[in-house]
Amino acid sequence: MKLRSRHLLGLEELSAEELTLILDTAESFREIIERPIKKVPTLRGVTILNLFYEPSTRTRISFELAEKRLSADTIAFTKDTSSVKKGESLKDTVRNIEALKINMIVVRHSSPGAPYFLTQCTDSNIINAGDGSHEHPTQALLDMFTIRRRLGRLDGLRVVLIGDIKHSRVVRSNIWGLKTLGASVALCGPSTLMPYEVEKFGVDVYTDLEKAIDGADVLNIMRIQLERQEAGLFPSQREYTNLFGITGERLRLLNDNFIIMHPGPVNRGVEITSEVADSASSVILEQVTNGQAVRMAVLYLLSGKKEED
Amino acid sequence: MQESGNETVLDQKGMARAITRISHEILERNNGAESVVLIGIIKRGADIAKRIAEKLRAIEEIEVPVGLLDINLYRDDVHHKLDQPIIQRTEILFDVVDRNVILVDDVLFTGRTIRAALDAIIDFGRPRSIQLAVLIDRGHRELPIRPDYVGKNIPTSKDDRVLVRVRDRDQTDRVFIERGALKRKTSSEDNLSTNKTGEDEKR
Repeated sequence: MKLRSRHLLGLEELSAEELTLILDTAESFREIIERPIKKVPTLRGVTILNLFYEPSTRTRISFELAEKRLSADTIAFTKDTSSVKKGESLKDTVRNIEALKINMIVVRHSSPGAPYFLTQCTDSNIINAGDGSHEHPTQALLDMFTIRRRLGRLDGLRVVLIGDIKHSRVVRSNIWGLKTLGASVALCGPSTLMPYEVEKFGVDVYTDLEKAIDGADVLNIMRIQLERQEAGLFPSQREYTNLFGITGERLRLLNDNFIIMHPGPVNRGVEITSEVADSASSVILEQVTNGQAVRMAVLYLLSGKKEED
Repeated sequence: MQESGNETVLDQKGMARAITRISHEILERNNGAESVVLIGIIKRGADIAKRIAEKLRAIEEIEVPVGLLDINLYRDDVHHKLDQPIIQRTEILFDVVDRNVILVDDVLFTGRTIRAALDAIIDFGRPRSIQLAVLIDRGHRELPIRPDYVGKNIPTSKDDRVLVRVRDRDQTDRVFIERGALKRKTSSEDNLSTNKTGEDEKR
């Protein structure tokens, strides 16, 4: 079993076998994080550019640590301290950095398709770390990895994604990955935060939270992007919390052994109460730890893969 | 799997004797097994490590911890391969510090696998010693590595392939040689390609 592509652009293109390979490999890498010396020499001599055009705490640090634990050399690029300020284009920026002999690029960009664009103008392996509202494949992989570790499987589970569905690349990647591995996926949020033609995802869509989470095994709660509240997509934060906030008493509707997930950063008291976020069923911090193992697996599986055909 | 026409070098009884003798030698050299831990290289080295642990239990009534080690992350040829080898889970659930570690593998060939395993073990801590036990030593070392315990020395040509079959994985205990198998493989396909037959592609 192997990955067909030498890039990871999204989960929409991946088969069940490929997803399982990544998750199984991550399971093997998870153990390295618990060792006294958390480092293996596997990617020695591989140079990785972390190209972050958008701010990020978790994903950037997680990728950087994953790279270091595999002994790769890393370069951090952030937009604000670079010549992008002087008007250099994405293509020119990357081609100039690539001239310094790099092998892999982890990219986050506000434009959907930016990682694909890079595959067309560079020779490096490209890993998408979030492109606009398109996909965030490693986040969804770590979500699935966390579910599988906690509940033992994905097949047949009911996973509800709650909140800002429209702007969320995490939701999109989760939909593709979960569906491919046989989970039943439901979306829930205010109708103003649902994307155009949401029915085309082929999943259940709810605007009533209690109906959505009835009988669920996993709640994956998206961050309400308060910066977008200016656009008036919901009347008030308080109304959102009343209708869609996850509180202790709403958890009664879930199946036994349910888990609560959140990709972070958490707005405590908005989409989730502190009581729930810090409860025993919350796996929010496990997601962060697992993210490293998943990213190590992705880097390992893609590294060294040369141009196909 | 086609295994007819191959030359058997160790049968079931021979293998049992070799494992028994190695177990006795381990006890003798380490004055018992109190300080001993076994680490087997996945896959068949780990199977043999478990067999040695069984034997040590039978002889001395002592439970020796067995760890499983995947050396693929420490290989020196990872970037020469088209596809990455599948990584199995390493399970060393005990402290190696100050223990006498017996590293176990099925076949000792170029020594590169053992080099990788030594690096991996040292990342887990500083053992008092690392000793090497192999079921088969087939020669052709490319690194300065020698075994401390050997089941059987077998003269081979570099192109021969030595295959180990163990009860728990393969329903039979047997070691045999396919003469010239690696030469055929090199000419017909990339000999560093992925492992389709479930063989331990170690060198």
